[in-house]
Amino acid sequence: MRPAAVVGTGQTHHAAKRLDVSMAGLCREAIDRAMADAGVDWPDIDAVVLGKAPDLFEGVMMPELFLSDALGAVGKPLLRVHTAGSVGGSTGNVAASLVQSGVHDRVLAVAFEKQSESNAMWALSVPTPFTMPVHAGAGGYFAPHVRAYIRRAGAPEHVGAMVAAKDRRNGALNPYAHLKQPDITVESVRASTMLWDPIRYDETCPSSDGACAVVISAAETSGPAAWIRATAMRTEPTTFAGRDQVNPQAGRDAARALWKQAGITDPLSEVDAAEIYVPFSWFEPMWLENLGFTDTGQGWKLTEAGETEIGGRLPVNPSGGVLSSNPIGASGLLRFAEAAMQVMGTAGEHQVDGVRTALGHAYGGGSQFFAMWVVGSERP
Amino acid sequence: MRDVAVVGFAQTPCVRETDGTTNGVEMLVPIFHEVLGSLGLTKSDIGFWCSGSSDYLAGRAFSFVSAVDAIGAFPPIMESHVEMDAAWALYEAWVKLLCGEVDTALVYGFGKSSAGQLRRVMAMQLDPYVVTPLWPDSLGLAGIQARMGIEAGLWDERAMASVAAQSRAAALSNPLAQLSGSFEVDDLLAAEYVVDPLRRHDCAPITDGAATIVLAAGDRARELCERPAWITGFEHRVDSPSFGTRDLTTSPSAVAAGKAAGADGIEVAELHAPFTHQEILLRQALGLGDDVVVNPSGGVLAGNPMFAAGLARIGEAARRVHDGTASKVLGHATSGPLLQQNLVCVMEGRA
Repeated sequence: MRPAAVVGTGQTHHAAKRLDVSMAGLCREAIDRAMADAGVDWPDIDAVVLGKAPDLFEGVMMPELFLSDALGAVGKPLLRVHTAGSVGGSTGNVAASLVQSGVHDRVLAVAFEKQSESNAMWALSVPTPFTMPVHAGAGGYFAPHVRAYIRRAGAPEHVGAMVAAKDRRNGALNPYAHLKQPDITVESVRASTMLWDPIRYDETCPSSDGACAVVISAAETSGPAAWIRATAMRTEPTTFAGRDQVNPQAGRDAARALWKQAGITDPLSEVDAAEIYVPFSWFEPMWLENLGFTDTGQGWKLTEAGETEIGGRLPVNPSGGVLSSNPIGASGLLRFAEAAMQVMGTAGEHQVDGVRTALGHAYGGGSQFFAMWVVGSERP
Repeated sequence: MRDVAVVGFAQTPCVRETDGTTNGVEMLVPIFHEVLGSLGLTKSDIGFWCSGSSDYLAGRAFSFVSAVDAIGAFPPIMESHVEMDAAWALYEAWVKLLCGEVDTALVYGFGKSSAGQLRRVMAMQLDPYVVTPLWPDSLGLAGIQARMGIEAGLWDERAMASVAAQSRAAALSNPLAQLSGSFEVDDLLAAEYVVDPLRRHDCAPITDGAATIVLAAGDRARELCERPAWITGFEHRVDSPSFGTRDLTTSPSAVAAGKAAGADGIEVAELHAPFTHQEILLRQALGLGDDVVVNPSGGVLAGNPMFAAGLARIGEAARRVHDGTASKVLGHATSGPLLQQNLVCVMEGRA
């Protein structure tokens, strides 16, 4: 497998309704920034990979077909990836494999969601035979998992609010974030409306329109590069007897494979920053454990000690994360791109000092699809 | 790069309607059993899984999530999905094998078109701002393309009927085909139009079905298969969605994919042509001469399981290498309205 690197990243200004642009315009906003960042032009791009979550979220069947002109894909190979909420991460991994395999030299990965075109809550609530309905939306689905985590780990109630306050404050440092709340506090989060006990309004991701793009290349271009040291994807079924939905084995297996491939034996010491898919606050400590940064039941202690803040031992979501911007299909690629930006030193006000190794992480479905990568400053 | 081959293939019968759910599980379980059994493998021998399907065809979000239940994916598996015909899932799996991380992959696609009104569902693929609101259905669009080719002198209704007659006749030897039989071209031409200039025989039937292929790399392929179908060219391209700006009587993406994949010296080709005139168009685009045997299975005019049919074309072509009747074959898949996106997989047998 030959080395590949992220050589450019771009994203849109994320907002609840980007009524100023079409889907094509939204994607192009991210693509143009990524290509300018990489210093490449259309003839330099060999293939395009597009990722997004269910087509029902916009009401268009296979929208990459009508977007092929805007994506710069005409006359080139165009792949459309869809792996539920993890899709942004899978899009990055598939694009990386196109370069690592030697099939292409330079690939454009794009992911988007324009939630204002349709209604995600409706799209997730189409009744299907033999399948448990999710009428309460994703929050209602995940709240029992969070309660189970709190009970198992014996975590104090304020840890979730700490995550939310930290991520929203970080979001205020990110010019592209949907929510910017520099003055948010743990107390104000704890005073916000309870939506799905124990998840409060301020502990919940927004619904965003947005897109993200990265250029992945076999060779460096004009600027800095984030070399892809490892990628991993794992899947398990939504439901079966004895399934651990709080700490799913698919996530643990993916992380183990990822660290092994990257040659990392002690992730907490060796990773300098992490962009982890945290749509509800409590998923920060849950995924810290699932990823192997801490032992089981210990993740909340890292958060509570302030070690996941910018300047802490493992800054988590310096960009503000999914809690600050959630264009669903793009959210995973945003995590991957933000990890690359930390390594490339291009994260601006939310840059963590001295990042040489960073994690990008995404999950989807009923905590059953996992996609992740590790990027580093050194060519492997 | 490593050598990768198609070593196994299975598909369901093509039928007008199944009783199963739209997530494909009932169609997939038997063909997983068949393809793994034929190779002496179990699910734990598969390094990577990849599928192709469509939520709009299934009428629900996340239909592929339930399809994972057909695998029994625990312990967890390395898996991915494309919202495209599964021929593109095969491409993703081929790339994964080229990376060297795994040696085997199982690819599958499924579609239950009977669950909705297919020609109307397909209109959802068009530009949502300016085209879909007019609801041009898939037969109407194909009719426009067929008419343009007739007026350009590239084909006529008799040549189109001849494609249908050949497809039905070839399908007589395909027990999984939905439509087969011996027909005279004059009799076919006596039928009324469905959408002028298309008659019923010019259009692929509505089909429920699924297909699966197993890929393996290098020595693993040689262990599993006496005569692996080695992939020597695998390319795909897409055209503009704008009907007004591209020449609908040809397919630049098919021409480019065929050229890049090395579509010369082909003995047998399986073409994914849901309309008779598109088979003629694709033959021209891919430069397939009269000596090339096209669609010995009957092709999709004899059974068209959406999102599995392209993968099945590659499987049918590979089968001619496996059984020794051909040494260089081509499988083709298409996606999008009027052959917008095309994929070509060239495979060879080796002594």
